[in-house]
Amino acid sequence: MSIFVDRSTRVVVQGLTGSQGRFHGLRNRAYGTQVVAGVTPGKGGQDVDGIPVFDTVAEAVAETAADTSLILVPARMAAGAVVEAAEAGIGLVVCITEGIPVHDELRTVDRLAAEFPGTRLLGPNCPGVISPGRCNVGIIPGEIALEGGPVGVVSRSGTLTYQALQELTRQGIGQTTCVGIGGDPVPGTRFVDCLRAFQDDPETRAVILIGEIGGDDEERAARFIADEMSTPVVAYVAGMTAPPGRRMGHAGAIISGSSGTAAGKVEALQAAGASVVANPTELGSRMAEVLGPA
Amino acid sequence: MDLFEYQGKQFLAHHGVTVPHGAVADEPDHAVLAGESLGYPVAVKAQVRVGGRGKAGGIRLASDEGEVRAAAEAILGLDIRDHSVRRLWLEKAADVAEEYYASFTVDRAERRYLGMLSARGGVDIEEVAATEPEAIARLAIGPRHGLSAEDARRWAADAGLAADIHDQAASMLVDLYRAFTGGDAELVEVNPLIVTGDRRLVALDAKVTLDDSARFRHPDWAGWATAEWHDERERRARERGLNYVGLSGTVGVIGNGAGLVLSTLDVVSQAGGTPANFLDVGGGASADVIAAALEVVDSDDKVRAVLVNIFGGITRCDEVAHGILDAMGRVELRSPIVVRLDGTNADEGRSLLAGHQSDRLVSQPTMLDAARAAVALAEPAP
Repeated sequence: MSIFVDRSTRVVVQGLTGSQGRFHGLRNRAYGTQVVAGVTPGKGGQDVDGIPVFDTVAEAVAETAADTSLILVPARMAAGAVVEAAEAGIGLVVCITEGIPVHDELRTVDRLAAEFPGTRLLGPNCPGVISPGRCNVGIIPGEIALEGGPVGVVSRSGTLTYQALQELTRQGIGQTTCVGIGGDPVPGTRFVDCLRAFQDDPETRAVILIGEIGGDDEERAARFIADEMSTPVVAYVAGMTAPPGRRMGHAGAIISGSSGTAAGKVEALQAAGASVVANPTELGSRMAEVLGPA
Repeated sequence: MDLFEYQGKQFLAHHGVTVPHGAVADEPDHAVLAGESLGYPVAVKAQVRVGGRGKAGGIRLASDEGEVRAAAEAILGLDIRDHSVRRLWLEKAADVAEEYYASFTVDRAERRYLGMLSARGGVDIEEVAATEPEAIARLAIGPRHGLSAEDARRWAADAGLAADIHDQAASMLVDLYRAFTGGDAELVEVNPLIVTGDRRLVALDAKVTLDDSARFRHPDWAGWATAEWHDERERRARERGLNYVGLSGTVGVIGNGAGLVLSTLDVVSQAGGTPANFLDVGGGASADVIAAALEVVDSDDKVRAVLVNIFGGITRCDEVAHGILDAMGRVELRSPIVVRLDGTNADEGRSLLAGHQSDRLVSQPTMLDAARAAVALAEPAP
């Protein structure tokens, strides 16, 4: 099994006719994902390499039974695109777009929670989700993932997600699902949502969690690991040496006061029983130890 | 984008918040003119994007022309926590009866806005927050609900603001909230928010951080964005569209993705080195961007070696390799470069670099190996 996506997932790409939409939409299809539709307002009736394009998500859903949306539209349109997908009844919205204004993001996440509880938003500013060998929705390079499980991966950082996949694959350890939740201040899906799904997935025997400085999502994850998880967790937190009070890249990577420091997060995760590595190169070998002989 | 105090006050005034009248001055003569037109006594305030300037001597009161000139001469050029003062803000000295504190931020953990209000504002607000957290009234605000005048009035009472000020406070808090949300700010903080001797509420300071992602709908921000950067390296990086933060070590760091770059800083430290900077080239960086990044990092005098750590997703490693070779061909880089390429088109990238290996350019297979090599080059054993 996998979480959030599987072989039956039917994807509509919002922004399929743009350069990013076309590149990644076709790449996801080439991986084996069912990419059944595209949406670009004003371009309904066209197609992208055989994938039909519609004016609205609602039409795409009606015609193709799409249940998952991949958003690759410019930042100024992205919040509206998320809401449109939710209104059309899409169950999983994967928003790759980065640079969405934080107030738009907060309003959108707030509105989804209140009006569309059946819609899960992944991202924004995330690499997407891949269940190796089954389905890839987003921009994670499929070739570095290995199918067959038994490890689930969840990460705030895109490039460190790739690093983790590669370290696992080098060790011959497959992945059930890898989820990039993104580094924005108000992500639609958080660590705990993914940990709960992995805990409930019979195929996932261990989880890698990759956090970074800022916010308290890792601390919440630690509480969940301590209270509700029997599945072992290997964790890494980036930003041990980041100077306090400086803003670095992701709006998410902000430290305020003493909370949200990498050291505090490592301590919380260790106290919860997670096995924490000092650098991402060790994720694969540590996971091999945790899983033990096959 | 962090605004200077005077810019923050312009921003707040635009949203209806009462701020003192004042003027900017970049040299003592202009400060004197400003003092004459505002009327004495005036406050002469350093414009820097860090806190603690009062304690560092960056704020002085002046009651005549001579004092204004002396204050301006003393403050201009002052170094406040590594920020050099190049601009002053002068305003009529305030008659302060009470000092409050007010701020609005995004509470990412709770997915709400967080308002904080206290009757104990002033320079020690952080100490108050640490030792008497109950002295700060926190208000969680849902974006759909917003902040009404009634909410704000109740909040002012909860925070212990003087009773005669509650109406004015309610009105100003609503204006501050609107400035924060409608103005696309990540932070609006007023400390102190003062009550004057004649019982008027005035925002005596303003710390405003605007959301760079919302720039597209605020053409009026352009003037603020061109204000000077305190760090020459950061200015050069910003001109090239690079996400750069200057640090103080000897190993220049370039990578793709904030998480990977943060992690690279950690690994450099673990290898016994000190990072000189954080530089994220973002996703899909072209050869030009890589070359520009190398030039910016190499222009830092302290840098002795540069570590380029790339895990290609959207970014293609062959593009990165081209950028490195471009930069090396175009300008004489002072520092040797250590490169680790992985992910999309890594083999192509590595073979492009393979023909150019020397003591100036070294490829390493893993992040840890690359960090060790860069540290060895930057800080050779005595």
